[in-house]
Amino acid sequence: MYPSRFHYEAPRSLDEAFGVLQAYGDEAKVLAGGQSLIPLIKLRFSAPAVIVDINNIPGLDYHDEDTDGSLDIGALCRHRTLERSPLLRSRHPTMSRCAPLIADPMVRSRGTLVGSLCHADPQGDWASVMLALGGEIIARSARGERAIPVSQFVIGPFQNSLQVGEIAVRARVPAPRGTRSGTYLKLERRVGDFATVGVAVALETSGATINRAGIALTGVGSNNIQCTAAEQALAGKTLNPSTIEQAAALAAEAAQPKSDVRGSAEYKRHIVYTFVARALGNRQAMAA
Amino acid sequence: MEERRINVVVNGQPRSVDVEPRLLLAHFLREVLGLTGTHIGCDTTNCGACTVLVDGLPMKSCTMFAVMADGHEVMTVEGLGIPSELHPIQEGFREEHGLQCGFCTPGMMLASKALLDENPDPTEEDVRWALSGNLCRCTGYQNIVKSVLWAAEKLRSEARAVSR
Repeated sequence: MYPSRFHYEAPRSLDEAFGVLQAYGDEAKVLAGGQSLIPLIKLRFSAPAVIVDINNIPGLDYHDEDTDGSLDIGALCRHRTLERSPLLRSRHPTMSRCAPLIADPMVRSRGTLVGSLCHADPQGDWASVMLALGGEIIARSARGERAIPVSQFVIGPFQNSLQVGEIAVRARVPAPRGTRSGTYLKLERRVGDFATVGVAVALETSGATINRAGIALTGVGSNNIQCTAAEQALAGKTLNPSTIEQAAALAAEAAQPKSDVRGSAEYKRHIVYTFVARALGNRQAMAA
Repeated sequence: MEERRINVVVNGQPRSVDVEPRLLLAHFLREVLGLTGTHIGCDTTNCGACTVLVDGLPMKSCTMFAVMADGHEVMTVEGLGIPSELHPIQEGFREEHGLQCGFCTPGMMLASKALLDENPDPTEEDVRWALSGNLCRCTGYQNIVKSVLWAAEKLRSEARAVSR
């Protein structure tokens, strides 16, 4: 047996799940796709006393747009669903470019976007996308619901700000101020590897004017990095060689890469610059 | 020792077994059910040799607890076909020499089945993408891709024959 022993609960409703989580406190770990958690448990890097499997709770496997244009992604919405989603392909280009690049087809069958955010792996791709989009996590408990911006949800490597008794029930992307464009570029040594460098770019434009810019980085810091200076430099501007160069340089400055087997810090910083410039410079690739 | 009763349909057969929650699906298939066609090739969820179909979707059985399969259907390579009645995918791997040591092969075959169930006319790129989670140390993948494309053509011609 690879994993150590644990007590297993498989609640069939959120209320039942809240009861279980309250009863076991911080001994309990929520299990959705398990594609990040189970590998840790197999290696015994994680050994929760209690596993609360939420896969049998109905009503969590969905993603849809509200009438106000905001997008909700339920806790059990799998990467595979997002990868094949006509809604994402037509209206959410940053997300639709990222989904196929998560791990591999088998991991995408089970893994979830919300789970990925909760796991808060610094190499996780979705957190960069959600930072670039200004997304938030909706956490629910027996006491009610609260919205947590992703920037405040991921508080460190493998650390999220959920309290005992809370479950992340959905992620939410706010309605855009204008037309969405964007992309996710990921440099990996081979398919299924973690990103050497990942860059999420999301723009909301009216005509040529950028109302809102989002740029966030994967794999070049102790967590995903939001490039606020680069974003602010683009807000209110149009895309031209000068603004693109400035944004790329500011994003590269914001990166905190470490030299490792995937490359030197200088190389990774150069890739950040290259990817941001490439993304912003290719209008066609960024269009929905 | 805590055990749970799980009810899983494996290769069309309903199975009802008490298991520890920490038992991996791969170990359940191999050691409890004796279906050793599912192979374990790594400890890190990387290689895809353990790929099975759960409700028709490809999943790494080493990265699921058996209890998560409760109420679901699992297909292993044994459920694909038998020696006297091979599935076209199995025929394809024979015809196009899609294996050498055979260790990755069951995973390759089931990932391919998931592809062909969704896309009966894949391009070479579609095949490579669908198999991107399955590693092979022997073949260099070229003949695996040919095997899957051979199987796709065989399945399409069988479908055409039936519809006449």
